[in-house]
Amino acid sequence: MNVMGLVNYWAFIFLMMVGFYILISQGNLVKKIVGLNVFQTSVFILYISMGKIRGGTAPILTEGDPIYSNPLPHVLILTAIVVGVATTALGLSLVVRIHEAYGTVEEDDIQDLDLAVAGGEDQSFPVSGMDARA
Amino acid sequence: MTAHLPVLQVVIPLLAAPLCALVRRGRIAWGIALATSWTTFWIAIQLLARVRSEGPISYALGGWPAPVGIEYRIDLVSAFVLVIVTGIGAVVTPYALKSVEREIEAAKIPLFYAAFVLCLTGLLGITVTGDVFNVFVFLEISSLSAYALIGLGQDRRALTAAFQYLIMGSIGATFIVIGIGMMYVMTGSLNMADLSVLLAELGPNRTIVVAFGFLTVGISLKLALFPLHLWLPNAYTYAPSTVTAFIAATATKVAVYMLLRFFFTIFGVVFSFDVMQLDRVLLPLALIAIVTMSLVAIFQTNVKRMLAYSSVAQIGYMILGISLASVTGLTGGILHLFNHALIKGSLFMAMGCVMYRVGSVEIDAMRGLGKKMPWTMAAFVAGGLSLIGVPLTVGFISKWYLILGALERGWWPVAALILTASLMAVVYIWRVVEVAYFQEGPGEDSSIVEAPLALLIPTWVLVLANFYFGIDATFTTGVAGAAARSLMGLVP
Repeated sequence: MNVMGLVNYWAFIFLMMVGFYILISQGNLVKKIVGLNVFQTSVFILYISMGKIRGGTAPILTEGDPIYSNPLPHVLILTAIVVGVATTALGLSLVVRIHEAYGTVEEDDIQDLDLAVAGGEDQSFPVSGMDARA
Repeated sequence: MTAHLPVLQVVIPLLAAPLCALVRRGRIAWGIALATSWTTFWIAIQLLARVRSEGPISYALGGWPAPVGIEYRIDLVSAFVLVIVTGIGAVVTPYALKSVEREIEAAKIPLFYAAFVLCLTGLLGITVTGDVFNVFVFLEISSLSAYALIGLGQDRRALTAAFQYLIMGSIGATFIVIGIGMMYVMTGSLNMADLSVLLAELGPNRTIVVAFGFLTVGISLKLALFPLHLWLPNAYTYAPSTVTAFIAATATKVAVYMLLRFFFTIFGVVFSFDVMQLDRVLLPLALIAIVTMSLVAIFQTNVKRMLAYSSVAQIGYMILGISLASVTGLTGGILHLFNHALIKGSLFMAMGCVMYRVGSVEIDAMRGLGKKMPWTMAAFVAGGLSLIGVPLTVGFISKWYLILGALERGWWPVAALILTASLMAVVYIWRVVEVAYFQEGPGEDSSIVEAPLALLIPTWVLVLANFYFGIDATFTTGVAGAAARSLMGLVP
């Protein structure tokens, strides 16, 4: 086992860390979704790599006894891809709704707006809170 | 027919979900959801009865035997969790009708029930399946629908809460997939029973250790173990009342069930606790959760948020029971799984009644409610007593077992902490009681009257269950004890 032989796994770890870092560091909600996507994609590479055998073919019945790659991880990851698409779609639609409600997709601005509303409620001006909500 | 009950448990709600979305009429969708939740509850009771009399049930999906095909496997632990989840579903769905009509716009109501039933599907799927990748798929079904349900809250902060939960939940789920992938690399199997045999043959191995780490973090995110609980308070606070009651009572419980499955059934007690010393991580975190989150709960001004923090503390109790890694501790943990579902279900449903009439769950809004909504507030007080752990309530039973478990190991400070945190629960429940019963309301507002019966009856069903299982605990302790023994690998 040399380093180059494991290149797929290095890619997996690199992509995973990149995605995770974007998730943590970015305040923009859309960028967070992008980070989440990179993070999830890295796992696809992990699964696809583990099933692949060098020189192996697709697992189709043929003459003789060919070497074939393990199809199961590949099928599993199809499911995970679908899940990833669904997560992205739901996340982005939430971002759209957040943009409608707040007028921004920056986490800091959203927090400021929430704090401003909460502050208004503390000073017993519920009306201003209602306005900001509408 | 009865042979197919394990798969029907999942297939029925799965088919009901698109039906709800298609009918386009709120009340019809509710009818479908009601029929579904009661059917699943009936199936769960049948399954529990069968498991108790005949032992674990194994169902080969599509006739493909394990380990090649997907196996649905129901033993005592999963049957017990099935009863909890479907039971809460069966009580919450009748309650949903009025509460949802008030809190969610009419056009979205059928979609709400579709997501609700889908969430139930996912939770039941996690519980019945004996295949680890299937766990991930059902986990995502339940999580995605839960994000959507939470995002339906009236307050715009519900959206950010749902988004935050989506990010943290997806990280957790992805960690779980990585863990599963690594187990598959080493063993070539996804079947739980098969995995446990193969992993035991394999012995400790670096890949398996890493998989164990990923699974621990991933599942802990899902069950909101301190300090990975950050998504929970906002999600519970801003979600619609029905959703909070349902998710608080079921979702984290199913995550705890996943923890039990992975660490006790798949990795085994010896690997998890002797080799990896999981208890050294879980026990301190559980204790910190119990104390700090109870403390934080005292200072909340929003009662739903207060109960949410209290939930994180209560999850600490369950994890504490698990980390004791003894039959008594585990019995306490599994009992608390059941009991906390009853407690938090009834408390959040009482808050839903307040939301229905008053339109707010801020503590200030509850002034004088003791007179205006006597039944609702009585339900809250009764649920609160159970949360504190007063004798004759379910809260007492589970804390009794947890303290017994701690004393068995000779850990006096742990037992003392459990009691201290119970006193903290007295403080935060009392704050609501004081405002509701001993402060005058803000003038005569005749619009605030007792909540409608459609909300009160389900709430009181859960409240009475709190007392019933608190007085006659033979059923719950019997099942939980047997489940704990089977998880510890002893003959039940």
